Amino acid sequence: MKNIWAVYRKELGLYFVSPIAYAVIGIFLILAGFFFSRILDFFVQQSFMLMMRASQFGMPPQEFDVPGQVMQSFFGVVSTMILFFIPMLTMGSYAEEKKRGTMELLMTSPLTDSQIVWGKFLATLTLFIVMLAPTLLYMVALYWYSDPRPPLAVAASGYVGILLLGATLIAVGHFISSLTESQVVAAFLTFGAFLILWVIDAGSRGSQVLEYLSILRQFENFPKGIIDTKSLVFYASFIVLGVFLTLRSVDSLRWRRA
Amino acid sequence: MIEVQNLTKDYGHIRAVDNISFDVKKGEILGFLGPNGAGKTTTMRIITCFMPPTSGTVKVAGFDVLDESMEVRRRIGYLPENPPLYPEMTVEGYLDFVARIKNVPSRQRRELVHRAMEMCRVEDHRHMLIRKLSRGYRQRVGLAQALVHNPEVIILDEPTVGLDPKQIIEVRRLIKSLAGEHTIILSTHILPEVSMTCDRVVIINEGRLVAEDTPENLTIQLKGGEMVHLEVKAEAEALRRILRDIDHIRHIEIKPLDSADRLAVTVESERGHDLRSLLAAKIVQNGYELYELRPVSLSLEDIFLKLTTEEETSPVASDQPQQEEARR
Ligand SMILES: Nc1ncnc2c1ncn2[C@@H]1O[C@H](COP(=O)(O)OP(=O)(O)O)[C@@H](O)[C@H]1O
Ligand SMILES: [Mg+2]
Repeated sequence: MKNIWAVYRKELGLYFVSPIAYAVIGIFLILAGFFFSRILDFFVQQSFMLMMRASQFGMPPQEFDVPGQVMQSFFGVVSTMILFFIPMLTMGSYAEEKKRGTMELLMTSPLTDSQIVWGKFLATLTLFIVMLAPTLLYMVALYWYSDPRPPLAVAASGYVGILLLGATLIAVGHFISSLTESQVVAAFLTFGAFLILWVIDAGSRGSQVLEYLSILRQFENFPKGIIDTKSLVFYASFIVLGVFLTLRSVDSLRWRRA
Repeated sequence: MIEVQNLTKDYGHIRAVDNISFDVKKGEILGFLGPNGAGKTTTMRIITCFMPPTSGTVKVAGFDVLDESMEVRRRIGYLPENPPLYPEMTVEGYLDFVARIKNVPSRQRRELVHRAMEMCRVEDHRHMLIRKLSRGYRQRVGLAQALVHNPEVIILDEPTVGLDPKQIIEVRRLIKSLAGEHTIILSTHILPEVSMTCDRVVIINEGRLVAEDTPENLTIQLKGGEMVHLEVKAEAEALRRILRDIDHIRHIEIKPLDSADRLAVTVESERGHDLRSLLAAKIVQNGYELYELRPVSLSLEDIFLKLTTEEETSPVASDQPQQEEARR
């Protein structure tokens, strides 16, 4: 535990002195804010139009759940955005250590390989949470200014979904970073892998296996307030698989030149 | 303290280390000498538990590198060929991190970090980012990293490569001061380096151990002349009298062999004087029977040729060409 902590705090410390992490978080928040306000505008207008039309034709006002719609769309946009942002958080995790030779330091210290791998994984996950946290403010604003108040459960399950999706992407990103010494190569390969995992259901024509494998398809239910056990199992097993592959890859360094 | 037994390491089809055995006693500085590609780094990576051996065993302080790897790692400080530094960390922050992953108890961490900084004389720069340090300072931080948990065993892979002469002297002095309390293996391809710092030398070439001796003896062999081994049927004193008259001989050693009153004779001549034909002629002329005549330890000489035998002013740059010449 102490060892995981040592690796974890070092990783996190390095993130917070790296301009890349600040740039990634900054740009993410600017874009997320932009999309949030556009989505809000759009649905507010929509609901006005519906109300106007209803009163024009003398019909009873229609139920239109603005905050619910906003949240759903917003989580949808964020889930797509992180496909682009997470590769930049994971690209250096192993590639840089290998390039600098610091992997040799870690691997000859009294740490197990899995302490190294989990420490790194938790550090990137923490940074991801830090990146996401300010978006809670949008949710708080939405909550305060809505009448009637939107159900909190929807926001909560949306965030659970985003965290699971993020953790899955991080596990995959770390594995890919462990395969190369170049963070640029790692970033491109990771992004490519995410795209494949994203669109894998497009050509499926109803093939259930491919649909099941699409990481975003598994996400769809969360912003509706539904936490599906099948999706939980899917993400959990993906994370475990990613971490396991990373461990294998780190172990294999012991048989090659580091 | 360190026992290497029949160690072999293959990289695919390449045999990088071939059945080498040696011991390092507690408190000793062992020089690990060999030209580039000899297998020094590979051997050190096995001792430090970075990679497993293909066959053979390595024990550090009685613990096996495979079965009790964590115990070994706790007891070793290791400076790889390129110091494993994080450029964005400060010197002190970095050493604190290394102390943590080496399992230094939190109570002692501050003190040990400071001790390491003092020993390696980087305390003035402790708040500086490693990225901003000069090459010499980085090497010192690398050394501090290897010492920070006060390990019993210290493994240093070419610790003076790329340093200027003044820095080299400093680093060597530091290493010497660590002996006694620590057991040290230091690899190098520079011959004078071992005579200046080490108690004992192991020479390897193409993965094989070719010699193990004190630096003094090895230097005598190098500076000394060419040795010829003979096997002669003769009477010892008579033979000695005859051989003594030959010019350019420095030393004659005559030992009786077990079988049939033959003698084992070792003749050392001055460098550049090949006395083999003369020796043969003299012996035969005097009616003795010559059974064998061969030059001794030519393999060692070949290796000395490949080694860097002089201090270099710019070690990195002049490294390759010198090797090329040696091969020709
Ligand atoms: N990862 C590797 N894969 C294949 N061959 C290697 C690897 N590492 C080292 N070698 C080879 O093993 C031999 C010994 O290398 P090394 O231990 O680095 O020697 P030294 O440190 O003495 O220069 C060399 O021939 C080198 O090319
Ligand atoms: Mg080497």
